[in-house]
Amino acid sequence: MSNVIVQPSSTRPRKYNVIGTRPVRHDGVDKVTGKAIYAADLSLPNMAQGAYLRSPHAHARIISIDTSQAEAMPGVLAVATSADLPDPWDKTEELGEGCINYAHLSGNVLARKKALYRGHAVAAVAATDIHTAQQAARQIKVEYEVLPAVTWVLDAMEEDAPLLHDNLFTQTLGEKPTKPSNIGQHIHFEQGDIEQGFAEADVVIEREYRTETVHQGYIEPHASVALWNEDGRLKIWTATQGSFTVRQQLAELLKIPVSKITVVPCEIGGGFGGKIAVYEPPVAAVLSRKCGRPVKLAMRRDEVFEGTGPTPGSFMRVKMGATKEGRLTAAKAWLAYDAGAFPGGMIGPGSMCVFSCYDIPNATVDGYDVVLNKPKTQAYRAPGATQAALATETVIDEIAVELGIDPVDFRLQNAAKEGTRRVDGPTYPRIGLVETLQALKESEHWNSPLEGPNRGRGVACGFWFNAGLKSSAAANVNDDGTVTLVEGSPDIGGTRTSLAMQLAETLGIAAEEVHPQVVDTDSVGYTDVTGGSRVTFSTGLAAHKAALDIQDQMIKRAAELWECQPDDIQVDAGTYGYNDHKQTFKELAVELSSTGEAIVGRAAVNPQGSTNAFSANIVDVEVDPETGKVKILRFTTAQDAGKAIHPSYVEGQMQGGSVQGIGWALNEEYFYDDRGAMKNASFLDYRMPTSYDVPMIETIIVEVPNPDHPFGVRGVGEVSIVPPPAAITNAIHQATGLRMHHLPISPPRLHQAIAERNGQ
Amino acid sequence: MATGNGSGWQVRHWTHRFFTITTITTGAGAFALQNFQYAAPTTVDDAIQALSEHGEQAKMLAGGTDIIVQLREGMCEADAVIDIKRIEELMQLEYSSRVGLQLGAGVPCWKIYQHAELSVAYPALVDATRIIGGWQIQSRASVGGNLCNASPAADTIPTLIAHNAVCHIAGPQGRRSLPVEQFCAAPGRNILQPGEILVALTFPPPLPKASSAYERFIPRNEMDIAAAGAASWVQLDDTGERIVKARIALGAVAPTPIFAQEASSWLVGQPVNDETFVEAGEIAKKVASPIDDMRGTREYRVHLVGVLTKRTLAKATHRAQAE
Ligand SMILES: Cc1cc2nc3c(=O)[nH]c(=O)nc-3n(C[C@H](O)[C@H](O)[C@H](O)COP(=O)(O)OP(=O)(O)OC[C@H]3O[C@@H](n4cnc5c(N)ncnc54)[C@H](O)[C@@H]3O)c2cc1C
Repeated sequence: MSNVIVQPSSTRPRKYNVIGTRPVRHDGVDKVTGKAIYAADLSLPNMAQGAYLRSPHAHARIISIDTSQAEAMPGVLAVATSADLPDPWDKTEELGEGCINYAHLSGNVLARKKALYRGHAVAAVAATDIHTAQQAARQIKVEYEVLPAVTWVLDAMEEDAPLLHDNLFTQTLGEKPTKPSNIGQHIHFEQGDIEQGFAEADVVIEREYRTETVHQGYIEPHASVALWNEDGRLKIWTATQGSFTVRQQLAELLKIPVSKITVVPCEIGGGFGGKIAVYEPPVAAVLSRKCGRPVKLAMRRDEVFEGTGPTPGSFMRVKMGATKEGRLTAAKAWLAYDAGAFPGGMIGPGSMCVFSCYDIPNATVDGYDVVLNKPKTQAYRAPGATQAALATETVIDEIAVELGIDPVDFRLQNAAKEGTRRVDGPTYPRIGLVETLQALKESEHWNSPLEGPNRGRGVACGFWFNAGLKSSAAANVNDDGTVTLVEGSPDIGGTRTSLAMQLAETLGIAAEEVHPQVVDTDSVGYTDVTGGSRVTFSTGLAAHKAALDIQDQMIKRAAELWECQPDDIQVDAGTYGYNDHKQTFKELAVELSSTGEAIVGRAAVNPQGSTNAFSANIVDVEVDPETGKVKILRFTTAQDAGKAIHPSYVEGQMQGGSVQGIGWALNEEYFYDDRGAMKNASFLDYRMPTSYDVPMIETIIVEVPNPDHPFGVRGVGEVSIVPPPAAITNAIHQATGLRMHHLPISPPRLHQAIAERNGQ
Repeated sequence: MATGNGSGWQVRHWTHRFFTITTITTGAGAFALQNFQYAAPTTVDDAIQALSEHGEQAKMLAGGTDIIVQLREGMCEADAVIDIKRIEELMQLEYSSRVGLQLGAGVPCWKIYQHAELSVAYPALVDATRIIGGWQIQSRASVGGNLCNASPAADTIPTLIAHNAVCHIAGPQGRRSLPVEQFCAAPGRNILQPGEILVALTFPPPLPKASSAYERFIPRNEMDIAAAGAASWVQLDDTGERIVKARIALGAVAPTPIFAQEASSWLVGQPVNDETFVEAGEIAKKVASPIDDMRGTREYRVHLVGVLTKRTLAKATHRAQAE
């Protein structure tokens, strides 16, 4: 694996002791020895087991639910339906990676009047053991009136489509519609003069695209244990990306104050955006309240596929124009993303990202959020951006080919940079797209020829925002000179270590001398979700500030000890000095522990704005023309990390996102029958790539420091998934001469295109 | 817990608490295995008797890589599970170039592909045993189980047909034998009568200038069920340039794995070249009647039959020529 760290000349190089090194992760031993505790591992005294009953229909009115037979079964302790949840309020809240409307959330957690997708939870049972719970769930009698279902976004937009919600009126800048429809929102952005822009173009390309629903595919199914005590306090152990977000959602759904709820985030086996909105926690809570015992509710894999958030299927039309010299003049996008059963999908970020890599003077974007009979969509790693990039980046490729300009040069020529105004409004601060593309261009991969029949090379780039949001941290100096870091960001990608390293760097100690812990909602200040690529940036900032707080206290105390003014004390890389006194952090900490109060650092931060991540890929493929199967021969991803705190974890994020992008491009899709039932709700037939399907993903970390972070960190968690499908589609074009417009480019689909082209 | 029932085999009454598979998997919320009796007889007769006692509600257990999954997912039910792995006859693998291969129904895949001589004598069978699941599965999964499970997409069955293997069955009425191509009846159904078990498979001795190959098509490179599969066995004349005899069998393109009779007969006397393989593939396509599903469309699977027949014929003749 090549790993070139590019230091652009514009940055002043800084020397670090800890940052940029690769210490062993603090949670590594627990994970590789199987001792880490996940929610499904928990077992409490007297714990009941829960099981769901789910709708077999994609769209049906619920006439009645008869739970009496189930309740009468020996061993059954409680049954819950939507009647056990308070009437929800119609209130929308930002959860860090998308909004949540509590009326919809409540209706998603347990179906109210209608089941809106196959797999929609209708009821749940708690029993003394899992056998009884599952059998009892099957004894619940639900009377349905089956309604026509719609699972394709354009069908759902039709005037006469089956209507999911009779109170859904399109939100739009224009006039409020008088009739309900399946269109939740119409977004419109524009800048410049689009007519004029296309008139100036020498080449104009317009294409239509379709992508299918895909799932985040986290390895750990959703699981929670709830204990609703007699004193009215609720405690939840769960797999979540945001413990405080779970607390907030539970408070709203159950109508109890947040102060009554404690959420314990267990180790998490992946989330990718899919473990922010709650599913089973409120249901387990209600069951626990009803039976007075702790209740565990854990999903099976098929329940995860059918009942939890995938990311949208989409229809997109993108038109772009450029001059002979290769200057983009105009762009126009029409995007319809499915939101699943409730409005509020990923069309917002999709519309904002569609042209965000380029400086385009004249552009319009129209985006539609469309409900249909599929599970409510959730965030998935740079939500909405991957679909949009497929459209834009393949049109860009076509224009480059048409103009005879090298595809990397064409992108460089039009790349967004500091001062470029995005179509949706904001003007970029210092960003690293140009440097990222340059790194790709200078790479060994780009400069080695690809030979052989049926082979092709493709490139693409992608953009994703990175959130700031609230984070808190506390750090206790121990009397042996080590530091315990207490924070509230569930660790999905090695963030315990990347935060500990920032604390260690600031204090001038080793990463191993920090003991980082993710604690429950009673034990640390409010912290937003692990999402939006924000933890190393934002919670990292909190860790840094907590370290500065410690340093201030150490200086004051040293001044007392050495009988000088705090200002007299010099601190250099963790060594505190005054005249003849010179002590390391550790020596001083040991000494101070017996001379006064404990040293506790704390910080709470709420940085605003986006840290702006860019990624670019080169991919080489070989197509088997007889079967349509695509082999990835070589794959390189370059990404601007701002500053890679722990390069291995940055590479891990880049590789993970690339592999997910490869799966999305080639094989992953929800396969529906004509009644809206998913036919491939298992990892056997929902084909994520295995280690046999991908080469080692080569990484190039580019570092264009983020001016708004002390170490220059940008979010790195998501953007790597954005370019792969487009890059692969472009590579397939070079290998076959075919432009594919429908993801996934599965063997049957590509084979059919080849056969049609060959006139068979 | 163990209670002998006087007939020489043991029945254990397991409750789910003692059955480790249940306690491991329910943690993640999997469907629970229901309670069943477990028996591990040591003779074929005892196995038949145990089967006869429980009728439809008894299930045989070889490697368990199909049956445990099916029980756990509620795809079938059992009052009793009868483990055949203690029956010596079913666990034997005997090979000589003169007599051929006798393969006990419970012999796991790894024993086949690790056998020094079998990869030369029955290459298609070895190809198939190597791609069933991963190491863990191959350590347990048997060819007998693969056949009895009667999946249309089972990887070894086309190779058994191409190798002209014979099933040996024992039941309350005694023993009988029949060619593998007559064994499967429908998806998931075989022709075994109540009380009957598969004891062994026998393969004719390898012929000179003959070889075979198996290939399946899957969209990924692992962890997948064949969208289509083909096994080809060929014997060449002394020059190695002409086909003397051939057997082609197909998987995943009909309710059961099938013998491609017409294509096999047509190959007799044909020269070894690409046109021959392509033409044989075209003829083989005629017997394919696949379904449309998430693993591939009808047209695509029929097309794959042509590609895989051609490719396995080329590989088999290449191997035969190398002999
Ligand atoms: C992860 C995984 C991957 C897999 N990959 C593949 C693959 O790539 N290709 C493939 O073809 N299969 C695959 N399988 C399916 C399975 O492993 C094979 O079908 C295997 O050969 C079954 O053998 P077994 O010994 O485990 O059978 P068992 O599960 O023990 O039995 C299978 C069936 O045959 C019956 N049976 C067994 N022995 C006898 C007998 N002697 N007489 C009568 N009836 C009998 C059983 O009652 C049962 O109905 C996979 C399974 C898993 C879990």
